[in-house]
Amino acid sequence: MIESLTPLLASAVALAMPLILAALGELVVERSGVLNLGLEGMMLLGALASFVAVSHGGGLAPAALAAMLAGAAAALCFGFVTLTLQANQVAAGLSLTILGAGVSAFLGRQYVGFRAPASFEELPIPLLSKIPLIGPALFTMNLLAYLTLVLLAATAWFLYRTRAGLALRSIGESPVVARSLGLRVNRVRYAAVAFGGAMAGLAGCYYAVAQFKMWQEGLTSGNGWIALALVVFATWRPLRVAIGALLFGGVSAFGLYLQAIGVHVSTFALASLPYLATVLVLVIISSDQNMIRRHAPASLGKPFHDDS
Amino acid sequence: MDEPTSVLTPQAVDQLFETLRKLSSEGTAIMFVSHKLDEIRRLCHRATIFRGGKWVAEVDPRKETEESLAALMIGREFPRTQRREHAPGAAALELVNLSVPADGPFGTALKGINLELHSGEILGVAGVSGNGQAELLEAITGEQASSDSGMVRLLGQPIGRLGAAERRRLGLVNVPEERLGRGAVPPMSLIENTLLTAHRQGMLQHGLVSQARAIAYAKACIEGFDVRCSGAAAKAQSLSGGNLQKFIVGREIRQLPRAMVVAQPTWGVDVAASALIRQQIIDLAVRGVAVLVISEDLGEILEMCDRVAVIAAGRLSPSKWVSDTSAEEIGRWMAGMFPQDAPELAAA
Amino acid sequence: MRGLRLVPRAQPSRAMLFIAPLLAVLLTLIVGLGVFAWLGQNPLRAFRVFFIDPVSDMSGFSELLLKASPLCLIALGLAIGFRASIWNIGAEGQMYMGGIFATGLAIRFHDHGGAWLLPAMVVAGALGGMFWASITAALRAQFHANEILVSLMLTYVADLVVKYLVFGPWQDPQGNNFPITVQFSDDALFPLFASWGWGAFEGTRLNASVFLTVAAIPLAWLFMERSFLGFQLQVTGLAPGAARYAGFPEKRMIWLALLISGAAAGLAGVSEVAGPIGQLNDRWQPLYGFTAIIVAALGRMHAVGIVLASLLMALLYLGGEAVQITLQLPKALSQVFQGLLLMFLLGCDVLVNYRIARRVAA
Repeated sequence: MIESLTPLLASAVALAMPLILAALGELVVERSGVLNLGLEGMMLLGALASFVAVSHGGGLAPAALAAMLAGAAAALCFGFVTLTLQANQVAAGLSLTILGAGVSAFLGRQYVGFRAPASFEELPIPLLSKIPLIGPALFTMNLLAYLTLVLLAATAWFLYRTRAGLALRSIGESPVVARSLGLRVNRVRYAAVAFGGAMAGLAGCYYAVAQFKMWQEGLTSGNGWIALALVVFATWRPLRVAIGALLFGGVSAFGLYLQAIGVHVSTFALASLPYLATVLVLVIISSDQNMIRRHAPASLGKPFHDDS
Repeated sequence: MDEPTSVLTPQAVDQLFETLRKLSSEGTAIMFVSHKLDEIRRLCHRATIFRGGKWVAEVDPRKETEESLAALMIGREFPRTQRREHAPGAAALELVNLSVPADGPFGTALKGINLELHSGEILGVAGVSGNGQAELLEAITGEQASSDSGMVRLLGQPIGRLGAAERRRLGLVNVPEERLGRGAVPPMSLIENTLLTAHRQGMLQHGLVSQARAIAYAKACIEGFDVRCSGAAAKAQSLSGGNLQKFIVGREIRQLPRAMVVAQPTWGVDVAASALIRQQIIDLAVRGVAVLVISEDLGEILEMCDRVAVIAAGRLSPSKWVSDTSAEEIGRWMAGMFPQDAPELAAA
Repeated sequence: MRGLRLVPRAQPSRAMLFIAPLLAVLLTLIVGLGVFAWLGQNPLRAFRVFFIDPVSDMSGFSELLLKASPLCLIALGLAIGFRASIWNIGAEGQMYMGGIFATGLAIRFHDHGGAWLLPAMVVAGALGGMFWASITAALRAQFHANEILVSLMLTYVADLVVKYLVFGPWQDPQGNNFPITVQFSDDALFPLFASWGWGAFEGTRLNASVFLTVAAIPLAWLFMERSFLGFQLQVTGLAPGAARYAGFPEKRMIWLALLISGAAAGLAGVSEVAGPIGQLNDRWQPLYGFTAIIVAALGRMHAVGIVLASLLMALLYLGGEAVQITLQLPKALSQVFQGLLLMFLLGCDVLVNYRIARRVAA
């Protein structure tokens, strides 16, 4: 049993990592009261940026950096339109998705079909990676995945153990009260949005340079939207994001596993599992409106004119 | 301090004033912003009066009367509401053991509320802010359905499970405490805002809206209730609080209801508009409509209402004739200290 | 932005409501010219190839209408929902479902159809779109699930359903194993204008499905501007508290908005598969469902604006194809322009409610 479960778990964890990255970033953004639906667009831009970086001889660190910069830059455009120009956040997020998809398809056309010359490879941690079941899953990952776990802990620590994190959370609950206390609402939100973009870009980098090791149009195939659903599923708490991502990774991994062992299920039905799982998860979580109301940042998505 | 006493019982207000006087004697400078003229006269050494954003006068409030202060605030004679004698009619609106669970961690549960409102009378529900007033209003208007249809009765008919639109159709109208975003849609014109609740007054033909009828209704509200605006096409958000409130009250009254519930009728409304609204409510009762006033302004209740009950922590006290009670007793009741099952006092 | 600040206007500017979209178009054009130059093209020549040439003859004009028609139809349906702040982002999937339902009929009655087949397919298409949208409606109305995410996830699923069908049970046995269905019989196709002897349209692909859109435009206008249901939807979007106060049932608004937009998307779907394509295949991914969102925004959620905006968006599609053929520029350019247009529009909209003023020195 363990022999068949182990690769399944390892696969689930690997698939979960980019989702965690993107969802963590969006979690911080939403905690500050901003709804950025443009995850898919930012991830695609980050994926392309990192692929271009490695294709032109850059190492893995410059690739990750390029991805983060690309994501943050795109996010800041969104930030300008929504925070300074007071545009509707839903529409702006959608435009970011369309723009990100279009720009990445446009700029990336000459990179389609090539394999990444460099990529994040597995780095087993000595000793720990020999632990049965979780060793191959948790301690035999690539560098970016280990970084994801570090970022997970760091984000949780930031939000709940630092004054800056408290300030950010209070802005997400009531910008009016926060401003009256002297907090610079827009400044904090801009920083959060940029962070979210950087994380989304990094997630894209994971897909391009660690998981698929290639570039094509629409590489992320809807995972940005799944990450958005994850934030809701996790009721805006970092640790739960990890659990949710693992569940999703598990669903996708299970589908791949079924195919691998030759079960006669249509590939299309299996491919639809993550999307259907997302819908199911959303339904379950959203039906408890009391819990949602308790945890959702009260000012999420509402425009706020910060003229301080 | 900005309107600090709406969340306090009269006894708590006394305590607050004691504390403020002590602070002031120790040298603290205190600026007390309020529309409650009696409190300003009790507490303050000096009062500055603004009208329309401009400085009007600086007086010693202890030497002024409420009438003279109000006159300075509105620039003319302070209109007093005319009380009248009446005999209440049959029960129009009844709440029978109305219980509603709390909505979320910050709501207040309603527990076994009993109330009988008769045609032609004005019953006031006093209380400190946050004791279930909003929940009570929603249970009556239909925005919150009751678990038992008999918990709310209109003219004897159980309506507890009917929605807000149906209850309005049966003759129960209401004026909510929030104007913009609830009583009216801010970016819509007054014409469109009449459609919100008065659409059954002949404005719909085969599902389509008759612009002409809506305009006529809006104009009638504007003229009949002295609503200062740039016309029926003015956007609701462009009106001052008082004028929008007059419009909303007018819109509901012109639907010729059998019963009306008003929440915080003059909150944030200028003195002149307040007087007009209160007079309109009194006149409405004279015409036989049953009126329920939910207000945190005790002075307003004592001025307008025939009977008064108090809501505290989701429970409703028995009601008493206003002439039979005092601010002090009501203050005690606001803190929850009212007799549980005292029999309703019969009509005097 | 040192030295400048935004000051709220006392009244929203009516002039800016019209100027902002034009400003956004202008800004997009300027960026477009810059992009053309950066790609090593003569900007004015590229501009002509992109925007002018595609509609310079009857064939091009027909193609414009052929693309604008589904865009307009979907956008009208979406606008009705967007006004109520009900964000149906899954119109693309609802369009696919409409196409699927219509294709099902076309295949079933391929050899024994009749004059009734096409109208039945139209109804089926609308039902298909409504069916797919009703899933989102039910989950939102009953479980408060966010309709953006649900409708979007369902779009991915609908795409997979199409693939499953054309690779599997509905694959044309004579199709050389390509993921396509049989070509529809004449009964199952919208008649071409050319087939009616309308000389001007000789050789074009313009067909009768355009009449669906033409009929929808005044109906949509009537619904949005004059009907009480349309008013209720508007209130729901502008002030949900007021909608509750008025007793407009939230669930009814959700169902109404989603079923209407779903039906519109489904109709667009049948007009595609029973129109220029003539079959169901796995390459059919026009992304009209997403572009229609931009059309609705650009058209200010009003019927007339949507008609104009759909023509502009259709031109962007055609332009992308044109520069791909003529100048070897990537087709993704269309998507870039569309995204830019929406973002510029959202940015310029600030001028409706705010004006720019100098920051007063402290």
